[in-house]
Amino acid sequence: MMPQQEIEMILARHLASYLAMPIFLVDPAGTVVFYNEPAETILGRRFSETGPLSLEEWSTAFVPRDELGRPLAPDDLPLVVALRDRCPAHSTFWIRGLDGGTHHIEVTAFPLIGEAGRYQGAVALFWDIDPGTRT
Amino acid sequence: MRARLWGTRGSLAAPGPDTARYGGNTSCVQVTGSDGTELVLDAGSGVRLLGAALPSTLRRVDILITHLHMDHILGLGFFGPLRNPGLEAHIWGPASATQDLHARLTRYLSPPLFPVRLRDLEAKVSLHEVPCGDFSLGEFRISAALVCHPDPTVGYRVTGPGGTLAYLPDHEPALGARPFPLAPEWTSGHGLASGADVLIHDTQYTEEEYAQRVGWGHSSVPHTFAFARLARVRTLVPFHHDPSHADADLDAIYARAVATLHPTFAVQPAREGATFEFA
Repeated sequence: MMPQQEIEMILARHLASYLAMPIFLVDPAGTVVFYNEPAETILGRRFSETGPLSLEEWSTAFVPRDELGRPLAPDDLPLVVALRDRCPAHSTFWIRGLDGGTHHIEVTAFPLIGEAGRYQGAVALFWDIDPGTRT
Repeated sequence: MRARLWGTRGSLAAPGPDTARYGGNTSCVQVTGSDGTELVLDAGSGVRLLGAALPSTLRRVDILITHLHMDHILGLGFFGPLRNPGLEAHIWGPASATQDLHARLTRYLSPPLFPVRLRDLEAKVSLHEVPCGDFSLGEFRISAALVCHPDPTVGYRVTGPGGTLAYLPDHEPALGARPFPLAPEWTSGHGLASGADVLIHDTQYTEEEYAQRVGWGHSSVPHTFAFARLARVRTLVPFHHDPSHADADLDAIYARAVATLHPTFAVQPAREGATFEFA
């Protein structure tokens, strides 16, 4: 059995499940431990199908590319920056969902830091900024 | 290892003939080790009588506070052993994001709310903030973890040679969970309660009352039973009775719950004076 998540992560998941904004939750090791239904639409796969994704998996599986179509290094992704530097990060780029569809997205990521500096992971919020460009 | 309930009521003391059997004092549980270790879980109004029952020869007591709402600390100023200069008292409890435990506790233990300051107590008092990882007190291993309740609140898991007691007197694990319960790893408090021999758990409301009080930090009877089932406990002790629930109400609530929810564990609604032996 997996160990219980910390309360901050549990409450973040509950909040994400009520919001219409796509949200990713990652633990301190970078593993995606949850993404909500709106995120499933962008990522092209239900969380119940993918299960948790390691940092290596999610940072490359969606083939992130910058505005000029150049591959983005995992270290440049906002969520990786938030995890690594424990500060907010924001960026606009393209991804390809697991269903093959491409999305122009804007991502804001921030670390989850509990009382007494307890580091719990990070959260990423996505905006599908050009839904019409989905291919 | 033995646990004794000195206060079972939630929110506000409710003394009187209608609450005499389940008790009117607010949260307080004594846990005594076979090596003489004395733990006090919360210092509601029940802690006054506990203090009077402890031997004057006691040299150390550890008071584990779940949170600083008044019904869990209002008895501190009336806990007689704190006036004993020969006693070492260790108080464990949560800080907040901006205030340490001392600052939070002295908001109550100082004028105008209370005439005696914390520093004026005769016992040698030490404060410790939780959660701080697992720690040992005498023969006991203690785990504390933040749980779902307004303001920083922890639950405790006390493991001794005879078994494990989980204590979550104020807890709303169902808040926001659709459906409830979710998987164990996504359920507040599960890590503390998992496999406990005795789970003392918030059961303040009936299902109908809970519907009007979502987010207040407490559990309904069905939610508590579902949590206990998920955690695979041996005995559930429904606790933190609502002050409006008289003895006859509690009799009816739990008779109905057992008949309709078919628990796979023993159910012993908390009564003041009840004891639990851990073999």
